[in-house]
Amino acid sequence: MQLVTPGIGLIFWMTITFSIVLFLLSKFAWKPILNSIKEREDSINNALSAADDARKAMDALKSDNQKLLNEARAERDRMLKEASEMKDQIIAKATKDAKDVGDKLITSAKEAIEKEKLNALNELKTQVAVLSVDMAEKILRKKMEDRSQQESFVNDNLKSITLN
Amino acid sequence: MFSNKYKITKYLIPAFLVVLYVTYAGLKLANAQHEVHTDSTSVVASTEISATAHGEASHEAAAEEHKAEKVDAGKLIMEHIADAYDWHIATIGHTPISIPLPLIIKDDNGLHVFLSSKFHHGHEAYEDYELKEGKLVNTTGAEFLDLSITKNVFAMFVAVIVLLIVMLSIAGSYKSNALRAPKGIQSFVEPLIIFIRDEVAKPSIGKQYNRFMPFLLTIFFFIFINNMFGLIPIFPGGANVTGNIAVTMVLAAFTFVITMINGNKNYWAHIFMPPGVPGWLLPLMIPIEIIGVLNKPIVLTIRLFANITAGHIIILGFFSLIFIFAEMNTGLGFGVSAFSVAFTTFMSFLELLVAFLQAYVFTLLSAIYFGSAVEEHHHEEHH
Repeated sequence: MQLVTPGIGLIFWMTITFSIVLFLLSKFAWKPILNSIKEREDSINNALSAADDARKAMDALKSDNQKLLNEARAERDRMLKEASEMKDQIIAKATKDAKDVGDKLITSAKEAIEKEKLNALNELKTQVAVLSVDMAEKILRKKMEDRSQQESFVNDNLKSITLN
Repeated sequence: MFSNKYKITKYLIPAFLVVLYVTYAGLKLANAQHEVHTDSTSVVASTEISATAHGEASHEAAAEEHKAEKVDAGKLIMEHIADAYDWHIATIGHTPISIPLPLIIKDDNGLHVFLSSKFHHGHEAYEDYELKEGKLVNTTGAEFLDLSITKNVFAMFVAVIVLLIVMLSIAGSYKSNALRAPKGIQSFVEPLIIFIRDEVAKPSIGKQYNRFMPFLLTIFFFIFINNMFGLIPIFPGGANVTGNIAVTMVLAAFTFVITMINGNKNYWAHIFMPPGVPGWLLPLMIPIEIIGVLNKPIVLTIRLFANITAGHIIILGFFSLIFIFAEMNTGLGFGVSAFSVAFTTFMSFLELLVAFLQAYVFTLLSAIYFGSAVEEHHHEEHH
């Protein structure tokens, strides 16, 4: 029975001691300890989230760099393509121009040749005519040396004119 | 809340089983002793001895036992787990070695303060007072108030001083070691503090847990350190502080008072106007609710008291077995001692667990009671 009968003295001392302990520990131990733990947890959380943010920022930076690099690469490719197109164009244009110029030259040369040929032909015709006339003159001169012949010829011709 | 209920039942069942087992073992032990003594002593003596085994020892039986120098396990165990006016360390031959403790007695003649050594181990009376079976009595039969520093009070002082030194020094190292990883004993205490905060206070109380943290930590560490000191067999420990019903009663009373003070409108409304209960049932429901409220500190008191006392009883019981058997035959005593030491070692490990577990259960239940006291009604719009 003694075991389950609470002693008044023990209750008295227990109440006093426990109240003092509760007060002292609450004020001088639990408050600073809990605050410190909280502070430390907060600081750890902050540090972790800061690290996370930094990592994210770095990732963003990295992806930015990648983007820039890609852009630069695209620009280079574009420029190269443009340059090669331009080159092709220039070559094509130059080829065409050269061809045109050559064609023109050939045409004008042909024309000149044609002209020269015509001139030569005309001169030849004139020469032939002159020569023929000279020849005819010489022949006529030879044939008309005697008078009879000159009279017969004039008569012949007069006859034909009379008929007309 | 469901998870909390589940947690309590999880620990209540093993705790209940331990109590059941210990009770059973205690009864068995008492019966065994009864039989042993029936063989050796007279029928009259044996009935008295069995009465001692149940904790209702009479002075005469004890005196007889002392003369006969028979081993009385019941008396031995009760002496160890009960409070005392001196701190008994050992008895060599017939000379008991003990540390005398101060007695403080208030009666009609004023305040008496003297050391328990004045009683000469209960053989002499001093200033109208004497010890009968370890109990203080007034020889004139007058009323008196006993505020002595008994063994339990002294042991509690020792534990409290250790607790204060440890916790205050840790608080100091938190200041000097701010924002750094814990060092030394800080590393041992911090997980417990965080455990109480995150696993006990937060889920049981909710948003307002911060208000109750100092009390919860204090009861947890107070019970824990007293439980641990109780397991130390020699001087600074060995007292059955948390296995004393007065101590557990005061602890439970603190929890009860704090619950009552912090009970909000919603808490009282649940007691005096349980929602959804028809009006004609209220005369029945209100007393039941009030009994439920009063029941909580009683449950806390008895659970801690019974668990710790049971642990002490079973360990002492195993040791008593050695001497009971040695009385029959010295060789048998040696034989049994191996078994007893093995079992006591096992029980001591179990008690280390129980020391923590009971501190935890007491704290958790207190937290749950606080939680129910400050719980806000879910339909309430304003608070």
